[in-house]
Amino acid sequence: MSDSNLSEKLREIAEDARELAHEASEAARQAVDGVAAAAPGVPVEQVGINPFVTGLTVFALACFVGYYVVWRVTPALHSPLMAVTNAISSVIIVGALIAAGPADISFASVMGFFAVILASVNIFGGFLVTQRMLSMFKKKS
Amino acid sequence: MSVSLAAFLYLISGICFIMALRGLSHPSTARQGNTFGMVGMAIAILTTLALPGVLSYEMIILGILIGGAIGAIIAKKIEMTALPQLVAGFHSLVGLAACFVAVSAYYEPAAYGIGTKGAIQVASLIEMALGLAIGAVTFTGSIVAFAKLQGLVSGRPLVFTGQHMLNLALGVLLIVLVIALCTTQSDTTFWLIFVVALALGFLLILPIGGADMPVVVSMLNSYSGWAAAGIGFTLENNLLIVTGALVGSSGAILSYIMCKGMNRSFFNVILGGFGGDDSAAAAAGGYDGDRTVKSGSADDAAFILDNAGSVIIVPGYGMAVAQAQHALREMGDQLKAKGVKVRYAIHPVAGRMPGHMNVLLAEANVPYDEVLELDEINRDFSSTDVAFVIGANDVTNPAAKTDPSSPIYGMPILDVENAGTVLFIKRSMGSGYAGVENEVFFRDNTMMLFGDAKKMCEEIVHAMDQL
Repeated sequence: MSDSNLSEKLREIAEDARELAHEASEAARQAVDGVAAAAPGVPVEQVGINPFVTGLTVFALACFVGYYVVWRVTPALHSPLMAVTNAISSVIIVGALIAAGPADISFASVMGFFAVILASVNIFGGFLVTQRMLSMFKKKS
Repeated sequence: MSVSLAAFLYLISGICFIMALRGLSHPSTARQGNTFGMVGMAIAILTTLALPGVLSYEMIILGILIGGAIGAIIAKKIEMTALPQLVAGFHSLVGLAACFVAVSAYYEPAAYGIGTKGAIQVASLIEMALGLAIGAVTFTGSIVAFAKLQGLVSGRPLVFTGQHMLNLALGVLLIVLVIALCTTQSDTTFWLIFVVALALGFLLILPIGGADMPVVVSMLNSYSGWAAAGIGFTLENNLLIVTGALVGSSGAILSYIMCKGMNRSFFNVILGGFGGDDSAAAAAGGYDGDRTVKSGSADDAAFILDNAGSVIIVPGYGMAVAQAQHALREMGDQLKAKGVKVRYAIHPVAGRMPGHMNVLLAEANVPYDEVLELDEINRDFSSTDVAFVIGANDVTNPAAKTDPSSPIYGMPILDVENAGTVLFIKRSMGSGYAGVENEVFFRDNTMMLFGDAKKMCEEIVHAMDQL
């Protein structure tokens, strides 16, 4: 079998695969439509658990974790605790990055850009000042 | 990167943040904890950058570089005595960032998959409005706290009639506006929420006095966490929710500890007005004024300290103001060299932020195992020769135990009066923040050392050299 024949064959197989994939996705869409049709009053996205409930579960559990972890923090380190929680609350940068993410510039992405700057000040400032503080705490030599 | 993989990496990042807080349970593990925090943040940022919707890398990297450089310079240059205002300033930035994210989610909801502009799901709208409002309150509230701590405005509480009614009205207005936003989705309503929340944050902190700032700073710390959690609900991002909850509960616990340290309810602090002219005037009439105090010089103090077997040093905000921590540590070293047992006693609300005194003493190279908390050391005053009070006042006032009419009644205090001798460094006979005369000044075993805290310590060190 020559090289050109081989590549011809491969191209055909690829074509078949693409068609199959298309058919599969079509079938999946029909299946979803079928579910929606079977339960007329219920929009498709509400078949699973409401994302708010999932969020609330995570939130409540995290509050408990926070409660127990923070009570164990020694009072001597309450200032570094404030500085480090300030730094990690800048994880809001995740939202800012998504906002600033789109390639074309819009009002929303400019807002995101400014949020990225603000959160970055906090991340770098917060962690570094915590590090500076903690490096000063020494044991009796 | 698939959404599931991103969610998994966010989970790891969240665990890193928990480990960061966990590390702070002891000074020996704290630095490791901070490293965990940084790793968690790096994972969160890199994961987000790898999401399919994030494309404008040039702009984002520029933003991170600008912000990072500013933050790094501030962190390197800041004086340790200015920490409280630094933390307040940083809180304001988190608040404002939360507002910006809420605004951009409102104008470009499709980027977060929560509907289209004008047809955002109601649940998302409520969460967004909450994130926006809490962020705005944190922003302006922190700015006022910053200005008070930095001395840009007077630390005295600013009160006017109808203040609480006005705040209440603004709070109710906010709720009405959020409901209106859900039904109309109008831009004007959205911006009105922002403006009203900004005003509310400003007005909430104005009436709170300078020495109540530890509570305010912790409370704003808590708010910045709740704002992040609110945004997390909007974006259906578990990492933001987890981190927001961690930070929120941390700030809430610190506020609680601070309030307990003053025996005041949270609402009493928030409603403000404490430590103003009124209470100072009311308390000043309590004594007839002809009581005498015994005052001494640095030489007298040096002699007393030199002959002591054990000394407990009680620092307060005055030490921070006078930058006396280094001179104080020198004095402590000299005493230790002479075989005197030296320890430091820290009241929970000493200074302007939780743990303020501990950081300043650590900065001056005082080993942390010589620095003890109120309940660890309070019993030991009666078996101690000298209590050396530097820049603290209200936290040593026995009126908190004996005088039910005193504004500080019920506050836990350091029992310095039980020590053999009390040396009290003070600028003048003026009363403390709470405006209450301190009974300890007039005791037979008290010697007042009038002068600047730093200069007095230096003079004592000098005088001890001569002995």
